[in-house]
Amino acid sequence: MSLVFAAVCSHAPGITGRAHLADPVVKDALHAAFYALGDELRAARPDALVLVGAEHFGNFFMNNMPAYAMGMADCYEGPVEDPAWLGIAKTRIPGHPGLSLRLISEVMQTVDVAYAEEWKFDHGLMVPLHFLTPQYDLAVVPVNINCQGPPLSPLHRAWAFGEALRRAADRVPERIAIVATGGISHWPATPDSGKINEAWDRDFVGRWQRNDKAALLAYTDAEIYREAGQGGFEVRTFISLAAAAGGRGAIRHFQPIPIFSVTCTLGVMEVV
Amino acid sequence: MSLYGLQKFLFHLNREPQVQARFKSDQAVLLDEYTLSAEERSAIARHDIGLMYVLGANGQLLMHFAAYLGQPWPEYIQAMRDGVARHGPVRAGVYAMTTTLDEKVAGV
Repeated sequence: MSLVFAAVCSHAPGITGRAHLADPVVKDALHAAFYALGDELRAARPDALVLVGAEHFGNFFMNNMPAYAMGMADCYEGPVEDPAWLGIAKTRIPGHPGLSLRLISEVMQTVDVAYAEEWKFDHGLMVPLHFLTPQYDLAVVPVNINCQGPPLSPLHRAWAFGEALRRAADRVPERIAIVATGGISHWPATPDSGKINEAWDRDFVGRWQRNDKAALLAYTDAEIYREAGQGGFEVRTFISLAAAAGGRGAIRHFQPIPIFSVTCTLGVMEVV
Repeated sequence: MSLYGLQKFLFHLNREPQVQARFKSDQAVLLDEYTLSAEERSAIARHDIGLMYVLGANGQLLMHFAAYLGQPWPEYIQAMRDGVARHGPVRAGVYAMTTTLDEKVAGV
């Protein structure tokens, strides 16, 4: 069929796990907007959700770290973390191995990816699913881009990967939604946790909304690390989504929330 | 190379209930399976989050060890600050501290 929906979202574990430490008004507004993004997703009537994340050593470790990986299992489980810590109960998430095989085969025409028939979702995928598909009733094809640390795939390869995902989505009969999830500037899981470079975030989101390929690919990783922290490496997911969708973006929510460690961001992008 | 062993231990502990059980019942034998410096091994045994942070343990691995130990989030954050105060700046990795010791950017 085609790509029928494209969006980005944050996935910080504090959004669910430290919700009790946040200003209730701020937290409730974010949660409501997150659920509303799920309504938009369902309105597009997708048959499957390709969820592009940047996991945090839930599955992939430095013994064999793929730059890009895609899931190909009947079902997945998550969260890999302590459910009480994350505030999300353990559950099973349906997969679609036949669709995965077809998507991966097409992606590999231009971008080499690892595949995984076993995948324990960490907060990077579970927080988005908690809000977007709270019944866990939509087949998911998980995707990972290594954003944890160098050596990292160059930004122009993240763009090429997004183009490959789009080409693959357009060549299967199913209606495909793609949601990419990552942080913008953040320094997570350190004493800096809560530090946010809002100006940098606004500038990045502007480039993303305009789908300005040259501007999105102009960053160096040294610049990202300096201005946006090690968490900023996750902008790769936003860049892949922009390449896949091709249109202009619209921000649904943008709110720096230090106790959640990030500017909580939700947005959709026109598919052209 | 040793930091790799420390992080691999954390990766296994975070993921595998069997490793969590062995950490309680058979810790010495379990830790023998990893290439660890004496300082790293001691930090694990003493649950010294601050020293593990200074040694370069990736925060995405370390925060789950803290959760496994039952440390609430504010205590985990403070343990890392205390580690830097005692042992100096983070020695490796990309999770260095850029704020000051008394700067609580998220209020904790």
